[in-house]
Amino acid sequence: MIHLVWAQLFRKKTRTVLTLLSVIIAFLLFGLLQAVQVAFESGADAADARRLLTTARYSIIEPLPMAHARVIERVPGVVGVASADWFGAKYQNESNAFAVFAVDPARYLDMYPEFRVPAAQREAFEATRTGAIAGRRLVERYGWTVGQKLPIASEIHAKTDGSLNWEFDLVGVLDAEDPAVQANTDMVLINVAYFDEARQSGRGKTGWYIVRIADSSQSRAISAEIDRMFANSPDETKTQPEKEFAIGFARQIGDIGALVTRILIAVFFTILLLTGNTMAQAIRERIPELAVLKTVGFSDRVVTLLVLGEALLLLALGAALGMLTAVSVLPALNGKTGGRFPPLFVDAETWLLAALITLALALVVGLPPAIRVGRLRIVDALAGHR
Amino acid sequence: MGPSGSGKTTLLNLIGGLDTPTAGTIAVDGQRIDQLGAGDLARWRAATVGFVFQFYNLLPVLSAQRNVELPLLLTSLSAGERRRRALIALTLVGLADRAGHKPKELSGGQEQRVAIARAIVSDPTLLVCDEPTGDLDRATAHEIMLLLQMLNREHGKTIVMVTHDPKAAEYAQRSMHLDKGTLAPAAATA
Repeated sequence: MIHLVWAQLFRKKTRTVLTLLSVIIAFLLFGLLQAVQVAFESGADAADARRLLTTARYSIIEPLPMAHARVIERVPGVVGVASADWFGAKYQNESNAFAVFAVDPARYLDMYPEFRVPAAQREAFEATRTGAIAGRRLVERYGWTVGQKLPIASEIHAKTDGSLNWEFDLVGVLDAEDPAVQANTDMVLINVAYFDEARQSGRGKTGWYIVRIADSSQSRAISAEIDRMFANSPDETKTQPEKEFAIGFARQIGDIGALVTRILIAVFFTILLLTGNTMAQAIRERIPELAVLKTVGFSDRVVTLLVLGEALLLLALGAALGMLTAVSVLPALNGKTGGRFPPLFVDAETWLLAALITLALALVVGLPPAIRVGRLRIVDALAGHR
Repeated sequence: MGPSGSGKTTLLNLIGGLDTPTAGTIAVDGQRIDQLGAGDLARWRAATVGFVFQFYNLLPVLSAQRNVELPLLLTSLSAGERRRRALIALTLVGLADRAGHKPKELSGGQEQRVAIARAIVSDPTLLVCDEPTGDLDRATAHEIMLLLQMLNREHGKTIVMVTHDPKAAEYAQRSMHLDKGTLAPAAATA
């Protein structure tokens, strides 16, 4: 039966190919935009409910005293504290930018058990003051090898000699198994002990704190308690669950989810009209041929399913080609963002969503002509009455 | 035979199970087909009747062989067996060498032969032919009628044919005239 559906679908090749192309473009757009949305939400997806983020109360770019760590540690319910500071890095040229964080190696990696670093490399990172570890994707992108010197320029922090050019020793590679977590490993971690001592200004300050708590249900109370500890001080804080922080951070650019959804609704509505028109036209032209199928014994139900199958085949083919195109162009796009943007990838949920949209479109587009053909009286159709 | 509008095609459609009567009964080979539901009627058509139309009604996107295979798609036969039977049917109508050709690559007579092959491929007992020579020239019409005669005489197919053409009617063992809804016997000519 498949060859019959296939042959009927390509009866008017130009029309089918043009329709197919528009479906491909729609799903290509869907794949790319969903990848953007997933990338923006990856921080939130990878968030741990038992992690809080403490930043300066009014802006994340305001530094906080490193001494805050000892105060936060004493808040009941807090089981660990790590700090991180934004380094603002460029590698070789302006376009090669990625995240570099100055951290306490042991505290930071303890805070993120989802990150994978080989034990020997972790020990080396803890023991080497000029040490750095880098995300696997960055290592592969720039062809780095463990043991090499890593020359990185900072956009913010000068060394005591006034130079913005820093050099670290790459001692390890950071990775993760979960793709959503892996999206957050496009970074380099450097040892804050060396960084703080070697920088010209801002010593004793850090960017934000990551706070591990024992009970996620207490996150609101503990956040409030941390902020209360620093209330009315020169360095007031804002503490919130990691997921909220990640969502809020992504929304600084805009509500990506709503934006993507609105664009895709417009795209798929257009596709609905286009394929609906194509299917209706294609079926209308073939009424006598479909009547012949009924004449030779095809039941109403089988002919209905054949027409529905045609709509499904057209959309499934377009969807698969569009999604595969999206998957194949994303690595090139990732290469061009220079690490300024979270890595884009098509996740399993996006594939599932694409399949559901395909099915829904096929039903909406295919059912009306399919039902009409199913109800068709053979003698009327053979006589040319539609 | 009968004049235009006398109901020849309607009668043929009723006999072939393509249409259902608003009143009365239809029994074909003892079976009351007017009592069958749509699904059962479709199955009955697939098993019992082969159709040949004036304008061939082949699917233009399929090759001759694929067109002939169409009724077999409803069976549980393997693709290979379907292909084999389609080729046998095409051989019977003298078109085995045109199996891979699309309808538009065939002449009118060849298209009608393919249509006949499609009608006989599932080995039905009854062939229903509606003006099978109506779109053909005299010589080709003669060839088609000889083919139908062969199917009747050598393969035992019952053929019910509607025609305007007295020459085509001469091949029938029994002719009937239909006029204003009344079927009147005519003399046997073949």
